Amino acid sequence: MTDILQIENIRKTFPGVVALDNVSFSVAPGEIHTLLGENGAGKSTLMNVLTGLYHPDRGEINISGKQVHFTSPRDSLKCGIGMVHQHFMLVPAHSVFENILLALDDVPNFFNRSAYKEKIEKLIAEFDLELDLNLPVWKLSIGAQQWIELIKLLLRDCQLLILDEPTAVLTPQETERLFAVLQRLKGQGKSIIFISHKMREVMEISDRVTILKKGCSIATLARGDFDESKLAALMIGTDKVPQWQKSLQMSDELVLDIQNLSVQNDRGLADLDDFSLELKKGEILGIAGVAGNGQKALAEVLTGLKKTNQGKIMAGAEDITNSNARYSYIAGIAHIPEDRKTIGIAPDMDVADNLIMKSFKNRLFTSGIFQNKKAIRQNADDKIEQFAIKTGPDGTPVRYLSGGNIQKVIIARELSEHPTVLVALYPTRGLDIGSAEYVHKVIADGADRGMSTILIAEDLDELLKLSDRIAVMFRGKLIGYVDPRNTTREKIGLMMSGETPGDMS
Amino acid sequence: MLEILLDATVRAGTPILFATLGAIINERAGIINLGIEGLMLIGALAGFAGTSLSGSLLVGVLAAFGAAFLAGSIHALITVQLRGNQIVSGLALTMFGVGITALFGKGMVGLTIVGFKRVAIPGLSQLPIIGNAFFNQDLLIYFSFILVFLIWYFLYRTRWGLGLRSVGENPAAADTCGFSVSTYRFLAVTIGSGFVGIGGAYLSLASTPMWIENMTAGRGWIAVALVIFAGWSSPRAMLGAYLFGGITAMQLRFQAMGTTVSAHILQMLPYFFTLLVLVISTIRLKKGAGQQPEGLGLPYDREDRK
Ligand SMILES: Nc1ncnc2c1ncn2[C@@H]1O[C@H](COP(=O)(O)OP(=O)(O)OP(=O)(O)O)[C@@H](O)[C@H]1O
Ligand SMILES: [Mg+2]
Repeated sequence: MTDILQIENIRKTFPGVVALDNVSFSVAPGEIHTLLGENGAGKSTLMNVLTGLYHPDRGEINISGKQVHFTSPRDSLKCGIGMVHQHFMLVPAHSVFENILLALDDVPNFFNRSAYKEKIEKLIAEFDLELDLNLPVWKLSIGAQQWIELIKLLLRDCQLLILDEPTAVLTPQETERLFAVLQRLKGQGKSIIFISHKMREVMEISDRVTILKKGCSIATLARGDFDESKLAALMIGTDKVPQWQKSLQMSDELVLDIQNLSVQNDRGLADLDDFSLELKKGEILGIAGVAGNGQKALAEVLTGLKKTNQGKIMAGAEDITNSNARYSYIAGIAHIPEDRKTIGIAPDMDVADNLIMKSFKNRLFTSGIFQNKKAIRQNADDKIEQFAIKTGPDGTPVRYLSGGNIQKVIIARELSEHPTVLVALYPTRGLDIGSAEYVHKVIADGADRGMSTILIAEDLDELLKLSDRIAVMFRGKLIGYVDPRNTTREKIGLMMSGETPGDMS
Repeated sequence: MLEILLDATVRAGTPILFATLGAIINERAGIINLGIEGLMLIGALAGFAGTSLSGSLLVGVLAAFGAAFLAGSIHALITVQLRGNQIVSGLALTMFGVGITALFGKGMVGLTIVGFKRVAIPGLSQLPIIGNAFFNQDLLIYFSFILVFLIWYFLYRTRWGLGLRSVGENPAAADTCGFSVSTYRFLAVTIGSGFVGIGGAYLSLASTPMWIENMTAGRGWIAVALVIFAGWSSPRAMLGAYLFGGITAMQLRFQAMGTTVSAHILQMLPYFFTLLVLVISTIRLKKGAGQQPEGLGLPYDREDRK
């Protein structure tokens, strides 16, 4: 059988960057083909070339044996190629309905609104989702937005589906649901290109894996020929994975005492409900919970992005709930925002300026009333080296960086102030395994220096590995603490669904 | 008295209504057009010339639409195809319009035509108070009513309208769904400009059936501002245009009654009040409703990451 897709010797450069050097690979009908590669390896760029968004400098794309030249996404859609982009292609001001309608290709110009609404509602019900079609998209959680993107793709009749890191913002349960859908599509003979940094998922779903390194395709392995460590070794080289050791020193000194916090969201529901939490000095406190149970609100309240309706946040003996002292004390509370693209960075500024955004007044970076450009540059070079940030030539705006590299810029900035308390909301989302490991190392090293971390993550493995204690959240309430050294995934899972430890025994 | 004022309101507001509607179509696609004043002038002159040469009002209106359409395509070419600066291009278009109409209008000064006449709609025009103002008017005014509805219907009830709005909000989203951003933007700018031209033609074919140099007197700028007041919605554009029209009608009334207040101050009032309302309404806007299209003013380049 001819391959549905075959690409050869693709090269794509941007001013000052070789994003794709030489890539060849193919996808067979009814295959789930995973693309694996470090942040900035060129995965998204390759997919954008495939969907006609970018023009390759050279190379060949063949669809079912016929060579094609895409000049726009429209051309690739016509060939039955659909894609979910890493950065959402949604219209935030439009309703869910209008966003989905935009993606349907068989809608007549004068369409029957209610009939289409019904049709879409039915399809949404099939996916077991609760989506209000009339809500504007900007009001939805990131996870819900990801589902809209997925639905947009699934409603089209595509032969080749491309999913660029769709699971980065999904909960493990949602990922399972998505995989079931993908398996069903595969059964129908459709082909899927899947991108993810999560090894567990790659192992579960891939028929074949192609590894991309610095813009080159270096290997394609079929199921059975690969395991996690082999893939990791091919992708980054095991020698480069940072090593770290967590010490168990933890004092009983409280750095943060959160008492009976209540927060309402803009729909009037309680995000946090009588929530209390104690954070000790030098501790890494993991927060486990199904996404949407108040984790985001907790991070926003602690970092001052959101106001509390009730309750207190005590730093030692000082009440910092509403005081401006929080922002000087906040020296301590850093934040790695969930939606890193929109609130984490200044997209048009370069890496160097983004890195000092929190400390531009620091004497290190000023000379008199002027900026000390040399020190700023030096700082950037250090951070780029430490965090292995892949960036273009000096002065490249941050928006040009790959998703994972933008994330690294934010983390480097947030940790550079040596905070006493770090609130990390999904810090390794979208990071390749090497970089994720480096972030773990930075957090663990910080704990050694006495930094306390509230680590909010979805991945239980990550929480179990890093945390000194794990607090479980459900519907905005604290269900209880567990000790990661003597607990089970099952026990945490039960608590995440609202059962208190007392019920279990 | 109220009837007469209302009637004058509608007549004074109509040119601005057309211009605002045209500007809304531009901006819904994400293109700022500061050439409205120039386009109105071009429409006014082309409309007058067309009617005076052919003797037909319809030819005049079509000429106004066509001339403004062509002038608008310069703006479209610069901002859509060449991704130039929309502010600069729009300002240049206004200057171009002022200059070229002054030049070619010389021969038209002093000529007269028979302008649009009132056509009463049987029944409706007998309604108390509003009957005369809304249903005993000329055909262009009726057309403006229809256009308000058509634009609303187009934007919110058709797939093309959805495409247009998406192109203005997030062009990348529309592009990846298979909509051609440049086609949508180009047509929005040119067709929108055409309606602006009809607004100008209303001045020279209905309000005062003659050509006077610079006869728009800043109305194009009011239209640019009213787009914001209207929250990019056509029914609200009607409200804004008639607000301006109403104050114009009142100050004319004052002048006719012979007040001692300087005519210059009175003539200033409509502009002043429109700006005032604008400021107040934008304060309200900040709290949510009627936001500007997110992609407004930004050129779209596929290979550029946002
Ligand atoms: N439009 C663009 N303009 C300039 N540079 C770009 C552009 N798109 C991508 N790049 C550069 O190309 C390189 C590859 O980026 P790409 O987004 O493809 O990486 P990726 O493999 O998807 O990484 P991640 O896992 O972080 O998403 C990066 O160095 C990036 O900065
Ligand atoms: Mg990517």
